Amino acid sequence: MAETIRLTTPLTEEKSRTLRAGDSVLITGTIYSARDAAHKVMTEALARGEKLPIDWHNQIVYYLGPTPAKPGDPIGSCGPTTAGRMDAYTPTMLDQGIKGMIGKGSRAPEVIESMKKNGVTYFAAVGGAAALIAKSVKKYTVIAYPELGPEALAALEVVDFPAIVVIDSEGNNFYEMGQAPYRRL
Amino acid sequence: MRTINVEQITAEVAQMCKEAAYYLPKDVYEALKKGRETEESPVGQVVLDQIIKNSEIARAEDRPICQDTGMTIIFLEVGQDLHLEGGDLTEAINAGVAKGYTEGYLRKSVVAEPLFNRVNTQNNTPAIIYTKIVPGDQLRIELTCKGFGSENKGGIKMLVPADGVEGVKKAVLDIIQHASCNPCPPMVVGVGIGGTMDQAAYLSKRALMRNITVRNEHPDYANLENELLEMINKTGIGPQLGGTTSALAVNIEWGPTHIAGLPVAVTICCHACRHAVRVL
Repeated sequence: MAETIRLTTPLTEEKSRTLRAGDSVLITGTIYSARDAAHKVMTEALARGEKLPIDWHNQIVYYLGPTPAKPGDPIGSCGPTTAGRMDAYTPTMLDQGIKGMIGKGSRAPEVIESMKKNGVTYFAAVGGAAALIAKSVKKYTVIAYPELGPEALAALEVVDFPAIVVIDSEGNNFYEMGQAPYRRL
Repeated sequence: MRTINVEQITAEVAQMCKEAAYYLPKDVYEALKKGRETEESPVGQVVLDQIIKNSEIARAEDRPICQDTGMTIIFLEVGQDLHLEGGDLTEAINAGVAKGYTEGYLRKSVVAEPLFNRVNTQNNTPAIIYTKIVPGDQLRIELTCKGFGSENKGGIKMLVPADGVEGVKKAVLDIIQHASCNPCPPMVVGVGIGGTMDQAAYLSKRALMRNITVRNEHPDYANLENELLEMINKTGIGPQLGGTTSALAVNIEWGPTHIAGLPVAVTICCHACRHAVRVL
């Protein structure tokens, strides 16, 4: 594997457009967690012409619903959830200025088109590596929708959060590239 | 007649929820290590390293292996000579789930109604409970916490007898290839063959409770398990980002069916194939 790239948030479009499918990255800074219910609430708010609780410009969204933190810990186990469930909401959210998404699994063609248009990178964290990933999270603060429990919109302060670029802003897809050499059916 | 107070069941179930969420079973851990040794993709090796390390951290620090601590599924075998006292068995089990998920800092992932309101029940209840009455005076409780990243990728196919073995292989492979990188592979694949549509689905779940190093007792089904595993490991899916370790095992359970039918159901489990067992 190539050398690991260190990224700090916010993630600019210029930086995002330099990342390539297959790149290993370590992310440091603030990222924002939101999953199914928060996406539904946010896109409904946008449809009503309302402002969102945070400015998503140049931010990274992490598709996550963590376990509750044990006393003394900043967060519980916190691996990625399936990104595809957010596809229906994603083009709308990317138009809000998001430049990075962290999740797991494949994305819809409409999402990839919107990524190319907006210069967005989709990163995969290892699904099910939730206790390991928690080691890179230093702080977890609920920003909005606390009533959604683990699905609340929250800010995560992360240091060296491990991820891999799976779909880059040109639409190159490492899920496909990574599988092809080992497909022997 | 032997008597068990349901309070004991509540306490055991609570403990089992925590155990299942924190401690990856040995057979699965060993299969991951073996997969790491044979994995050909360099990225796949990195992913497996993270998955193995993750399960070690979870075990050492009593932390959930995955943030999706699942919907709780319980398989009960109740001895017909056993007397349960002290309250309602179903309520006692759900009290155990609520206690385990709360005390264990596990994520509460169950909504009371699926379509219109989807309000979280806040304690991961109700559990899905399958009960079988068996001879004897013991109570066997098997519990799994089933994550939905993988559950969403399962499927069922109502084949006809003429489809035969090749039809079954194709049906399983189609479901797996459609699931692809999404259910957090390396997967454990549960296959249910026979029965009715619902029975096949049940058998595919039940299959996931078997130790993954143990093959089906029936030699033909054992061979089919091996063949399917080999096929799945040739899909290229690998440990999420491509490679040769797509699945750790295929477990098949089968049952009698109708002269006109050949139902095949597949339940996919992620690499965190979690369960706990008690015999009271």
